[in-house]
Amino acid sequence: MTDTTPASPRPAVIAEGLPVLVQSDRDEVAQAQRRAARKPTSWLLTVFVLICVGYFLLPLFWLVVASTKSNADLFSTFGLWFANFNLFDNIKSVLTFQDGVFIYWAINSAIYAVVSAVGASFLSTAAGYGFAKYTFPGKAALFAITLGAIMIPIAALTVPTYLLFARAGLTDTYLAIILPSLATPFGVFLMRVYASDAVDDALIEAARVDGVGELRIFFTVALRLLLPGSITVLLFSLVATWNNYFLPLIMLNSQDKFPLTVGLALWQSTAAAGGGSQALFSIVITGSLLSIIPLVVAFLFLQRYWQSGLATGGVKA
Amino acid sequence: MLPFFIVFVAMVIVPLVYAGYLSLYRKRLIGGTSFAGAENYIRALTDPLFLGGVGRMAIFLVIQVPFMIALALFFALALDSGMMKLAKFSRLAIFVPYAVPGVVATLMWGYLYGPDFGPFAQISKSLGFGPPPFLTQTGMLFSIMNIVNWAFIGYNMIIIYAALRSLPGELYEAARVDGASEPRIAWSIKIPAVRPALLLTVIFSVIGTFQLFTEPKLMFSLAPNVIGTAWSPNLYAYNVAFVNQDANYAAALAFLLGIVIMIVSYIVQLSTQRKERGL
Repeated sequence: MTDTTPASPRPAVIAEGLPVLVQSDRDEVAQAQRRAARKPTSWLLTVFVLICVGYFLLPLFWLVVASTKSNADLFSTFGLWFANFNLFDNIKSVLTFQDGVFIYWAINSAIYAVVSAVGASFLSTAAGYGFAKYTFPGKAALFAITLGAIMIPIAALTVPTYLLFARAGLTDTYLAIILPSLATPFGVFLMRVYASDAVDDALIEAARVDGVGELRIFFTVALRLLLPGSITVLLFSLVATWNNYFLPLIMLNSQDKFPLTVGLALWQSTAAAGGGSQALFSIVITGSLLSIIPLVVAFLFLQRYWQSGLATGGVKA
Repeated sequence: MLPFFIVFVAMVIVPLVYAGYLSLYRKRLIGGTSFAGAENYIRALTDPLFLGGVGRMAIFLVIQVPFMIALALFFALALDSGMMKLAKFSRLAIFVPYAVPGVVATLMWGYLYGPDFGPFAQISKSLGFGPPPFLTQTGMLFSIMNIVNWAFIGYNMIIIYAALRSLPGELYEAARVDGASEPRIAWSIKIPAVRPALLLTVIFSVIGTFQLFTEPKLMFSLAPNVIGTAWSPNLYAYNVAFVNQDANYAAALAFLLGIVIMIVSYIVQLSTQRKERGL
């Protein structure tokens, strides 16, 4: 599969599509000027888009409403409006159910996501910088393989990775989740595009003349300039790892190593299969709400940082 | 960059080669493992469960992806036009589902679809109709499409929106001075200009569609008979590997699925390139 990819034109397409993503909010000033030429507000457009926004928020609204209901109310009252306020009892049941296993899941999710994201963005940054600023034999071929790998479906890799890890005795460990999440060819690509712009060749040259070693140049000079781009990659891998279900489902057996996604899915299937034991439903629902809060908050926060970071970080010397 | 390549080789190339190797063998209870050549592949290509899954994903692809990209493009253009109130709020609200894990998204929609206490069923019943057919054989395809749309329209919108915002304003100032309307500018100038970004979103969607797993896996507990074991090829490969314990056949399925994805995304690209040449 890999040996056919470098020759195909696909990498070129990605290459065309992505600089755009990286550059996105760079010309904030030009934007402001464009906005300054006031255009009339189209109420038709606004109303239509806001109706669609309603659609996007509906499930989240339902989740919040449902989390405040007791099990009995969940089944007997209208789904999209509040009944008796039972949120705190629900949260208490979530946190204490099965000896508080939910708390372990949350901690696991955080460990998997943070370690993978920091690792992946560091590796991508280093590799992207290497691709952008050095020449070495086989560079073109290596980069083509990296790009080709973006097209390899994760699904096609996960089962074989599991079989390999099973042989190495790595399944059902933290490493089983973190290691596969570290290789992000997409991140390398993004960082190469970013590095070729953000780090000035003259700067590297000047440091070299001063006798600074290559590694020190990377850590002291380049890394700071590359930071906004790294945060973009960090954001992508953070979301991807936190939300990943397939990989941990396959790799892990012990409940105390599950991330939230696998744990919640387990509770859900127990609840659905149990039929009569409906006490579980409100736990699943409130657990879902708790599980998305950190990411939604982190996401909104990081998104702002990401945009302003790209705007200021894209200094072309 | 060396560390990246060590990880890359270990996590991408090695499993790939291993999958290729496994897929060429078979395991019998009696006689152990032996070389099977293309046997697993022939079996897969004549396996109605696998082919059914691939076919279902093809239908899914043809309906869902154009719908999703069209809406994403529309929202991106609307937000970029500067003619909207509450544009920033709308952008965040449309994008937020991307931060919600597929598991939770499926759980939420699963409850909303529910024939007993789902709000849609409640409304429909109070109006004197039966519960809507969200979880039936045909309904399921659209129900899952809806979940995917909900989760990914915002993500695609952001990619297109970023592309739109990086366009130089002069590009369409002239057209505006000449009195071209906003929709006209969007159609004739903006859309052609963000073509590479559009192609990117289409190809990522193709890859994503064929890998569908979380949604059908979780829907299984709500409607086991509708989903079965092979609703999507990925779900089938999972069941073959972990329920049937047939790693060799699962590896062949995973490999074939990868090839199908490559072929389809290649076709997508060729067809758009031809259009470009035709212009």
